[in-house]
Amino acid sequence: MKTLLVAEYRDGKLSGSTYELVDFARKLGADSAMFLVGSDSTLPQYDGTLYLADSGKHSEFNPAVHKQLLLDVIAKEEPDMVVFSHSSYGWDLAPRVALALGAAHVSEVVEIVDGVPVVPVCNSKLRREVRVKTAQTVVSLQSGAFGLSSDPVGSPRVGKIDSNAATQVVFGGYEEAEAGGVDLSKAEIIVSAGRGIGKPENLAMVEGLAKALKGEYGASRPVVDSEWADHSRQVGTTGQTVSPKLYVACGISGAIQHLAGMKKSEFVIAINTDKDAPIGEIADVLAVADLKQLVPILTEKLSA
Amino acid sequence: MKILVCIKQVPDMESKFKVAASGTWYDDSDLAWRMNEYDEYAIEQAVQLKEQVGDSDLTVLCIGPQRVKETMKKALAMGCDRGLHVADDNSHQKDPFEIASMIAEFARNKGFDLIFTGMQSQDRGSAQVGVLVAELLNLPSISTIVDFTFAGGRVSAKRELEGGLKARVSCATPALVTCQLGLNTPRYPTLPNIMKAKKKELLSVEVSELLKVEARQETGKIYFPEKKAGGLVLEGDVNDLADQLIQILKDKTAVLA
Ligand SMILES: Cc1cc2nc3c(=O)[nH]c(=O)nc-3n(C[C@H](O)[C@H](O)[C@H](O)COP(=O)(O)OP(=O)(O)OC[C@H]3O[C@@H](n4cnc5c(N)ncnc54)[C@H](O)[C@@H]3O)c2cc1C
Ligand SMILES: Nc1ncnc2c1ncn2[C@@H]1O[C@H](COP(=O)(O)O)[C@@H](O)[C@H]1O
Repeated sequence: MKTLLVAEYRDGKLSGSTYELVDFARKLGADSAMFLVGSDSTLPQYDGTLYLADSGKHSEFNPAVHKQLLLDVIAKEEPDMVVFSHSSYGWDLAPRVALALGAAHVSEVVEIVDGVPVVPVCNSKLRREVRVKTAQTVVSLQSGAFGLSSDPVGSPRVGKIDSNAATQVVFGGYEEAEAGGVDLSKAEIIVSAGRGIGKPENLAMVEGLAKALKGEYGASRPVVDSEWADHSRQVGTTGQTVSPKLYVACGISGAIQHLAGMKKSEFVIAINTDKDAPIGEIADVLAVADLKQLVPILTEKLSA
Repeated sequence: MKILVCIKQVPDMESKFKVAASGTWYDDSDLAWRMNEYDEYAIEQAVQLKEQVGDSDLTVLCIGPQRVKETMKKALAMGCDRGLHVADDNSHQKDPFEIASMIAEFARNKGFDLIFTGMQSQDRGSAQVGVLVAELLNLPSISTIVDFTFAGGRVSAKRELEGGLKARVSCATPALVTCQLGLNTPRYPTLPNIMKAKKKELLSVEVSELLKVEARQETGKIYFPEKKAGGLVLEGDVNDLADQLIQILKDKTAVLA
């Protein structure tokens, strides 16, 4: 089997998830080549052929042009499988490429079982085995699902590529998250509030428990989107990545994007009314309870 | 201005799911149904655009069984002008390519200036349909937007990337955007608007009228994942739970030292 790995480049840097693709191909026992719109000043550590387009000319984000660059390489390499990360770059580009190829695109693959891709369903409560009906396949891999079994090594054989396809979407630069707020990445104890708190007033409860444990409070995305908490409190792929000694998730279902930000926590306690909440998959302890009852009692007992 | 917004009805994710007898989907009896969360943002943005440009017509489209009309009524009450229901009892078996092809088939040559979709559906979560619709119609598309403005025939948007970073992007219309959580604050339908929505057009067409392609993937089986080995589940009186948790903190962690 032959794979083509679509590496990612952002703000002048190679994204770490690129090496997960290399590992994925290795685990499948597949041959691989790599595609990157980047720069020869920061090449990936990779022992194989790298098709490299210049991000100075083609921009780090330009779907129509990157699609054409990739299709040209696919025509040459004829891979059985084109592999993306399921990231903001990957989920934007992969469907475009799959459609042009007439190939099935399986997104957010978390596992391959006997050659069959497995994807999450319903906020990860269920899993689905996908049967592909086309000869060529496009997959995008959930970040972290395949991990890194060894350090990246090697230097690629670079083949320069170019395209004159027309631009449709114009990229006008990056915008950083506002600086300031708390740095949760250094906190040893984090108690986080999810949508299960129900209303903004109940955030105080979670904050109270965090104080009683001498930690910081964090939040899931809906709590931040509703402006009940500052963005610097958000844990997850589009917030902070944390690795405390203790993480207490209050009213958080455990969506993949949240787990990605906290699964390195040493010990996880979840408080949730839903016994089947996906957070249970990674929690050391799941207390099935209404947080509005349990959190205040717990805080009181800890403070006594 | 002609605007289209595509929505999906999904189960409440806190439901107790069961695997259906077929083994290839969840059992859809005894579930509470709601609008896909991402699509609420799509509707809100479409309605805001309609309010901005004044002279416009906003269609909401949904593919699914009869019950999805309830969700479509909410969209009409939020401000969509008309609804197009594609009646399909087996929509859950359709792959993203089929769903997108049906939407494109409907939208082709209808002169939509802007199409809004959610970034992904909560049950299937493929994050493909919006981008595919745009590609099938040969339109520029911007995915995962958390900010949207329309001026001088152009869309300017911010795409959300990882770790809090955003990308500023723009394109000419006609175009399609896929909406991410937090894009705006979706409105609640008011009672007068719910009443008004009852009189709005809600047409149904049969899936066979729009489906011209074949699936490129299908579901082998659906199943529950295994829980983390050794994960402890505590139930019962909250007072006891609090005591148990404190004991666990003392035994298993160093945080109470
Ligand atoms: C590209 C992308 C990036 C994202 N980035 C992030 C991110 O960085 N961080 C993030 O958190 N999310 C992120 N999300 C969103 C993520 O997919 C989920 O929507 C989100 O994490 C859900 O938050 P939640 O668990 O608080 O809410 P829900 O999923 O609504 O869960 C609420 C939980 O509370 C429980 N509950 C309800 N009432 C009570 C009660 N009284 N007591 C106890 N429990 C109760 C429910 O059983 C449920 O499990 C992202 C999504 C996308 C697509
Ligand atoms: N059955 C459907 N009917 C109408 N629109 C849909 C349907 N399924 C998906 N969509 C749209 O496509 C988006 C992405 O869905 P998905 O590719 O399934 O993650 C959703 O947010 C909807 O806007």
